[in-house]
Amino acid sequence: MDLRYSKEHEWIAVDGDIATIGVTEYAAGEMGDVVFLELPEDGSDVSQGDPVGTIETVKSVEDLYCPLTGEITEINEGVLDTPELVNQDPLEDGWLFKVKLGNPSELDSLLDAAGYNELIGG
Amino acid sequence: MNNDLKKTPLSQWHAENGGKMVEYAGFEMPVQYQGVLAEHAAVRETAGIFDITHMGEIIVSGAGATSWLENLITNRITKTEPGQITYTAMCNEAGTVLDDMLIYRLADQKWMVVCNAANHEKIINWMQSKIVDDVELNDISHTTALIAVQGPCSKEIVASLDALQEQQGTFADLEFYTFKTVGDWIVSRTGYTGEHGYELYIPFADALSLWEELISLGKGKGMVPVGLAARDTLRFEVGYCLYGHELSENWTPLEAGIGWAVRMKKDSFIGLDVIKGQKESGVPRRIRGFEVMPIVIGEKTRPAPIARQDCELYCGDQQVGFVTSGTKSPTTGKSLFMALVDVNFLDNDLTVDIRGKQVAVKKQKLPFIAARVKGDPAASREL
Repeated sequence: MDLRYSKEHEWIAVDGDIATIGVTEYAAGEMGDVVFLELPEDGSDVSQGDPVGTIETVKSVEDLYCPLTGEITEINEGVLDTPELVNQDPLEDGWLFKVKLGNPSELDSLLDAAGYNELIGG
Repeated sequence: MNNDLKKTPLSQWHAENGGKMVEYAGFEMPVQYQGVLAEHAAVRETAGIFDITHMGEIIVSGAGATSWLENLITNRITKTEPGQITYTAMCNEAGTVLDDMLIYRLADQKWMVVCNAANHEKIINWMQSKIVDDVELNDISHTTALIAVQGPCSKEIVASLDALQEQQGTFADLEFYTFKTVGDWIVSRTGYTGEHGYELYIPFADALSLWEELISLGKGKGMVPVGLAARDTLRFEVGYCLYGHELSENWTPLEAGIGWAVRMKKDSFIGLDVIKGQKESGVPRRIRGFEVMPIVIGEKTRPAPIARQDCELYCGDQQVGFVTSGTKSPTTGKSLFMALVDVNFLDNDLTVDIRGKQVAVKKQKLPFIAARVKGDPAASREL
C-alpha cells in the first residue's frame, strides 16, 4: 500500500475510507526510546492538525497531531502497553490509531514518499 | 550545532561513534549513543563510560585555604585526610543552595572543588567575591578532562589500565569517596549512578588515548559509552539530587534532603544562621519519592503517565508541592518522580496534575532502587 506522510513525521495508510496512522521510521529513530503514549479515545471527532495525544521518550514529551479530519475508529491498545513497538516496528505493530475520513480531499495536502524524503533531507 | 559551544577532547570521538550531540551548559555533549534504555541497562548490569569533562574543577590553595573553604560550605572538611573526598552544598546568605559539589583534599592546604557545569561561572564568581589574601583559586576546568567508568564491571576495567599497573596494591583498596593521584591523574572512587565506579581527572592531552584504552578494555565486558540522558535516569533511580531539579536557590539543603551534608555544629558557614533557624522552626517542605498509578477508565487500565518536572501535586484542590524530576524508571519500569512537598501533607492521598488530568500517586521510599557503591558491586538490589 502506498503511504502518505505528514510534516509532523506520521505515515498514513488509506484503505477505503479508513486511514491508519503511525510514526515514521525516521522519527522513531530520531526520537529515541519511546516509553509512554497517550492516544485519542475511540469515537472522538478530530480535525486535521489537532493535538490528539502525546508520545514520550525518557527525556521528552511530543504532541501527536491528527493529520486528517474524521472520527477515531480504533486505537492500538498494544502500543499503549508496549510503547517500544514504536521503535521496534513503527510501520506495522507500532501503528497508533485509525481515522474514518471526514474530508477525503485533505489527503491531497499530505506528502508522498518523495516529498517526505525531501523533508527529512534524504 | 552552535559553533560557540565548548568542546571536550572527546567531542569528535562522540560524533564519530553515534553520539547525538546537544548543547548542555555551554558544551557540546553527547545526550545518547545507541539509546537511553540500553545505556542505562549497561551501567546497571556491566559498565558504562561517560565523558563528563563539562564539570568544573577549581583548585583552592594557600596558607588559609582550609579554614576559608570550610566557611563556604555546609559540610565539614577539616577532619578529612588527604586522599578523601567530601560531598557538600555551597549556600548563599539566605541558606539556599548555590551548588552541590565534591571537595578533594589534595594536601594539607590544597583542595579541588568539583562543581556542576551549569553553575561553574556562578561558583567561580562567588568564590572570587569571598577571596582573602592567603587563599588562591586556580580554575583548571579548561585543561582537565573527566571520564567516568561506572557499573559492576568497572573495577576490572579501570584496574587493567596500563598506567595503573604499578598501583595495583593500593588501587584495589580504593574505598568509596577516596582517591589516588597517579602522575598527573586523579583516580577517584566516586560517581553519579549508584553503581561501583570511578571518575578519572586527567589533562586534556591524555583524554582521547585514555578513553580509547578504556573502550577497548571494556568491550569484552559489555561496557558502552553513555550519554547525559542515561546519566540522569541512573542518578534519579538512586535518589541523587540534581541541581536545577532537587537543588535550587529557592530552598535550603534541608528541604532538598541533603541535611546529612550540613554540619549544624560548625561555628559558622555562609547560610548557617538561616538553615539553623529553619531546623528549629521546622523544615516546611521535603523532597519525597512517588509512583504514578495506572489510570483505570471503565474496564480498561492504561499505563501510568509520566510526571515531569514542575507538574503540580495536589491534596484535593489544594496544591501542596511540585515535581522536581520524573521519568519512567528504566530499571523498575514504573513511572516515578521526586517532588518537593509541604510536610503537612506527606501522609495524605495526593494526585499529580499531568496535562490537566489529576492522576493518583503513591509514596515510594527514596532511593527508588538501592545504590551499590560500597561492598559487592553486583550485590542484590533489594533494599
